[in-house]
Amino acid sequence: MAAACKAPAESRHDFDDKAAERGRIVAAAAGCAACHRLPGIDWPQGRAGPDLTAFDGRGPIAGALPNTPGNLAAFVRNAPAAKPGSTMPAMPITPSEARDVAAYLYGIADD
Amino acid sequence: MSPPISMVLPMTDAQTVFDAWWGWPPPVLDPAGPYAESVTVLAWALFAMGAVVTAIVAAALYVALFGPAKLKARIGGEKTVWIMGIAFPGVVLLGLLVWGLTLTASLTDPIRGDEQRIRVTGHMWWWDVEYLDAQGRVVLRDANEVHLPVGRPVVLELRSADVIHSFWVPNLSGKKDMIPGRTNLLKVQAEKAGYFGGVCAEYCGGPHALMGFVAVAHEDADYRRFIAGEPLGVPSLAEQQDVPGQLPALARRTGAVAPVSAQAGAVGGALDGEALFMANGCAACHRVAGTEANGLAGPDLTHLSRRLTLAAGVLPNNRGSLQGWIADSQAIKPGNRMPSYDLLSAQDVAAIAEWLDTPR
Repeated sequence: MAAACKAPAESRHDFDDKAAERGRIVAAAAGCAACHRLPGIDWPQGRAGPDLTAFDGRGPIAGALPNTPGNLAAFVRNAPAAKPGSTMPAMPITPSEARDVAAYLYGIADD
Repeated sequence: MSPPISMVLPMTDAQTVFDAWWGWPPPVLDPAGPYAESVTVLAWALFAMGAVVTAIVAAALYVALFGPAKLKARIGGEKTVWIMGIAFPGVVLLGLLVWGLTLTASLTDPIRGDEQRIRVTGHMWWWDVEYLDAQGRVVLRDANEVHLPVGRPVVLELRSADVIHSFWVPNLSGKKDMIPGRTNLLKVQAEKAGYFGGVCAEYCGGPHALMGFVAVAHEDADYRRFIAGEPLGVPSLAEQQDVPGQLPALARRTGAVAPVSAQAGAVGGALDGEALFMANGCAACHRVAGTEANGLAGPDLTHLSRRLTLAAGVLPNNRGSLQGWIADSQAIKPGNRMPSYDLLSAQDVAAIAEWLDTPR
């Protein structure tokens, strides 16, 4: 039974703190907070997009995609490609920066 | 609490005014041209004088408390007061006053006629920037960025449209007030290419703290392209390394890492951004050259596609922050004079952003 419930190899709970901190810096520099409230970024705290407080407890990414680090990284870098019709635009970050941003988002815990 | 972002970003990735101000030495002690150099020398001289005076006072206090009676008797007379209390400060302060006043005057050298002229008008809470030719005709109108040619003197003609603002790029010169009804001149010269943060240094109400800009010093060829209204260089993808935080600001700006035009499933593309811009009244405040939009109350948006920042130096300029700004600018810069366009659909906002972001 336990084996049946085992988390997939690519897990959202298994991120690196250093990557998360790099991701926070990337998210701030890219201006994600112009639309999203993001713990760890004091200003701005935009309201045009979803509040990302307590992101660690979220379900599917953008209500649509399986919540895996790979999907999240792809979504934060180029949302319309990952989820056609998304109103979040592609962001000017590299693929490895996107993976760090995913780690940062997974590290946002309920507080 | 984690440190503010402005404290952790490397200078090389300077994009907004916050980024440009990070680093050691602080910009005010890191002159990038001759005018700032003289201010920095004066600042160090004042600091040195202060240190010498503090040392003398500390020594005198030590002698007064623990010194031998003989020494105290010798230096405790009226003569010491005349020399150390009146003559010495009088000479030193007079010297510093003369130095300071001459230096201040030299920062506003009269226009010789061969300098680049740039007229900067402070507004609550942004900067209108006009590049003039030798006859004073406006060659290019832009906002929230001041572009300079490296190695050539530039005369800034500083004005205000409303209240008193103050123009300050610490790497380039001292502060200069922008006073309604007056034109104040400030001469600057950048000796190296780069980004330098600038701010309004006089409290001007509301979101004064979010009234910044970025000064960009270009090599001659790039500067001519800027004045001609051409797009600035796009670093090719091949030259870029995929190292977090190591991307040149311009690469981010131009979307070279995530080409917006190549987006699959991008929304807004089917809508007419220009028609939406006009229909929603944006043109009442904003000018976009070559279109009907000719408003003067807000920043000129003609060359928005090559700006580094949005909202007067404070947000990185990319499609995401542009959409967020249009949809709800009041959440980002409370009190600024642009309303939040939260009555528009996300698709409409995306279409307007796409139209504004088109190089022209």
